[in-house]
Amino acid sequence: MTDDELIWRIAGGSGDGIDSTSQNFAKALMRSGLNVFTHRHYPSRIRGGHTYVEIRASSEEVKSRGDGYNFLVALGDSFARNPKENAYYGEEEVKPLAENLDDLREGGVIVYDSGLLDTAEIENFDERVEENDWHVYDVDLRGIAKEHGREIMRNTAGVGVTAALTGIDTTYVEDLMAEAMGGDILEANLNVLEDAYEHVQEEYDPDAHDVTVPEGEHDEEQVLVSGSHGIAYGALDEGCRFIAGYPMTPWTDVFTILTNLMPDVGGISEQVEDEIAAAALAVGASHAGAKAMSGSSGGGFSLMSEPLGLAEMTETPLVLVESMRAGPSTGMPTKPEQADLEHVLYTSQGDSHRVVFAPSNQVECYEQTRKAFQIAYDYQIPVMVIYDQKLSGEHRNVPKSTFDQAPNPDLGSVLTEEELKDQPHGETGIYHRFQHEGEDGVSPRSIPGQKGGRYLATGNEHTPEGHISESPSNRKAQVDRRNEKLASIRENLDADERQQVYGDESADYGVISWGSQSGTVEEAVERLNENGHSVKGLSVSEMAPFPKEFLSEFIESVDDVLVVEMSSTAQFRGVIQKNLGQYGEKISSLLKYDGNPFEPAEIVEAVEEHGSGEELSSNTRFEAAAGGD
Amino acid sequence: MSAFSAIGDEREVAQDEFTPSIEPQPTWCPGCGDYGVLKALKGAMAELGKNPEEILLATGIGCSGKLNSYFDSYGFHTIHGRSLPVARAAKLANDGLEVIAAGGDGDGYGIGGNHFIHTARENHDMTYIVFNNEVFGLTKGQTSPTSPKGHKSKTQPNGNAKTPIRPLSMSLTAGASYVARTAAVNPNQAKEIIKEAIQHDGFSHVDFLTQCPTWNKDAKQYVPYIDIQDSEEYDFDVHDRRAAQDAMHETEDALYEGKVLTGRYFVDDERPSYQQEKRQRGELPEQPLAERYFEDGEWERSYDFIDRHA
Repeated sequence: MTDDELIWRIAGGSGDGIDSTSQNFAKALMRSGLNVFTHRHYPSRIRGGHTYVEIRASSEEVKSRGDGYNFLVALGDSFARNPKENAYYGEEEVKPLAENLDDLREGGVIVYDSGLLDTAEIENFDERVEENDWHVYDVDLRGIAKEHGREIMRNTAGVGVTAALTGIDTTYVEDLMAEAMGGDILEANLNVLEDAYEHVQEEYDPDAHDVTVPEGEHDEEQVLVSGSHGIAYGALDEGCRFIAGYPMTPWTDVFTILTNLMPDVGGISEQVEDEIAAAALAVGASHAGAKAMSGSSGGGFSLMSEPLGLAEMTETPLVLVESMRAGPSTGMPTKPEQADLEHVLYTSQGDSHRVVFAPSNQVECYEQTRKAFQIAYDYQIPVMVIYDQKLSGEHRNVPKSTFDQAPNPDLGSVLTEEELKDQPHGETGIYHRFQHEGEDGVSPRSIPGQKGGRYLATGNEHTPEGHISESPSNRKAQVDRRNEKLASIRENLDADERQQVYGDESADYGVISWGSQSGTVEEAVERLNENGHSVKGLSVSEMAPFPKEFLSEFIESVDDVLVVEMSSTAQFRGVIQKNLGQYGEKISSLLKYDGNPFEPAEIVEAVEEHGSGEELSSNTRFEAAAGGD
Repeated sequence: MSAFSAIGDEREVAQDEFTPSIEPQPTWCPGCGDYGVLKALKGAMAELGKNPEEILLATGIGCSGKLNSYFDSYGFHTIHGRSLPVARAAKLANDGLEVIAAGGDGDGYGIGGNHFIHTARENHDMTYIVFNNEVFGLTKGQTSPTSPKGHKSKTQPNGNAKTPIRPLSMSLTAGASYVARTAAVNPNQAKEIIKEAIQHDGFSHVDFLTQCPTWNKDAKQYVPYIDIQDSEEYDFDVHDRRAAQDAMHETEDALYEGKVLTGRYFVDDERPSYQQEKRQRGELPEQPLAERYFEDGEWERSYDFIDRHA
């Protein structure tokens, strides 16, 4: 990544419009031709508290949040203020400014709302400004907002100030405002924007600092989407028309996007009493002939363990999403972690199987969700899509054409009434649904209501006819058949060449990542190579059945491997070792579990210091694999 | 040709069409009340002319869950307490199906109690039959949510300290639009009640008293029963929620005193089913969802909505 980038952070309290403002501003930057990537930090509360959104904008591709940022708009947390005492500034009140200073780069810009924040309350503020060569602009954002509309519009004033100080063309912002609102509200906002812009032009020297907005151009139309949008769109395009869920952060993102879309596409969305019900509804709808999905986050997914097993035993196609957050138990509801991996891989009793995809970016979210439905319905097996709070909420521009694809409502291994006639039946017409000899382990199913397809699906072990059975020979035949699906699925996935190796092909140092950290790792690897090291990277996005050969090849090709993940127990590294059964001496982990995702610099630093015995300066730690030296 | 031609296929249906060709060895004990449910269900379906292939029978776990091993329709033997969420989704996905859910008192009022309340509340158009024998049978006689106070079992050796659940009052309060109780020892009434429940448009809850001759020797308490519809003493309007509530209270108290009242307690023909409510709000397609997958129709893509939603 070059220096030519704007990383804009807007901070305030939850409920101050940080989200909507940043969303619009990111879109405006995207429409002006830049690549954008957002990172959202928020507390688990409705109003107030320290929250910020970062937008990284560059003319080059952005795969990750950056290292720190270079432009701060500190709004002031209106909900931390005592409404009776306008002049009261408690400790919470200066948070939007104070809490963000550590990450601000040298030479960065600070715009703060002088109508709400007082720098005198911040320890060593002036010294720090001087030390870091920061450029401070005290603008009465609240005053400007109040003058033309309402106090809450001070976020718009913040955007106006940003535009004036960086040279951003406000036309794109104005257009987006016009799309989002109308009437007096629009007019007031436009006035606030303009006034703030002009105020800065008149009162300050916008060229006193080096932070500017780069120029860029897209060769095709872009859309701003999150990982959750990717999953929702993928599901929709594969013909998913039934979603059931129970609200839980961050899974709610997918749930609400699809709920919003379902009436338009003749689909059904159900908010139900709990997660057991949610997954069971998806099983019921799928059994009855719809493409169905459910999902949750850590604790809610725990409840889904039961219906997951039922789907496997009854061979009912099922797609479940697991959007991870920091655990155990309620953990940190709004903070990302990658520590539900083993939970998702192994939950449910018996020798159970499921397919697990772990997309690492917005486009992969889309593609793998489509693949998840294809596998689930072709092979009659539960398929999980696991991702996390970070990818769920982070927006990035993607070519609109990514989604310009044919829909696939195909129900997979389902028979028509015509085809059912040629299938084996019992004397009274019961269909032999679970035949021992299915191709690739799959015996085609019928749908309730079809003539000639009547059968019993049961979570007990059953005969080809669907009768409950504890016969040893039948048991073995059924288990073997269900197990057989996995090898075929692996072959199917290998044909797609999904996993990407990047960096220096001849490097003898390898970095492996999965899920939402992959973009950050990729950027770190690029930087390491620029710094004169020789490193290559691999992003793994299929967790079960595990791509053993592919991983072996990569690990064989290097002398040292660093596995980067957001977990304190190195779950992902454990999965690699369990599946490969060797290479313990080669593999180390870089772990982070403080609730914040990696920044590229942390990985660069760790690789450079790996083996040197030095303590890492950041919130990360090294750990060698079992079997290591 | 419709993809689901068994649905609405009107013809005479014989009871034995529901009997599996290879009838598995019944796991129900001789004298078990569950045989009474099976008989009533077969009789009701045949008299209503329901094609076995347009019926989806979803069951839970326990002796009651074995029902669909002996009832040859489309069946889904789910897991303990989960028949309702599976069943109601199937109904939402394919409105044409005749959806019946069945389970025991432990299954329906215990582990599945939450689903019971919410399915009743939403008034899904389906029938729910609860085999109520006041005991966990298949796990060998433990105390269930409907076991009487003082009931002794290996898990409550000093006698059950808990007051039994009131299933009829519960479903009425939750919002079920058809609530009845019947008994295996009353086959004619049982069949009629199930027929009514199936024909009712909304959530029909049938608390079905099934004696357990093995684990609940007090099974004799189910005889004699009193059919409240035939009794002048219990004359009340089944459309009147308050009257129904009083009658339910009386029967729920009397049951444990050895007096069994059965029959219809509450019928609300006015309340729209959940399906109707959803359709009115544009949240349920006119055509059953499942049918669309078998037709050559146009399928919307996310691309068509991106400008609006992204």
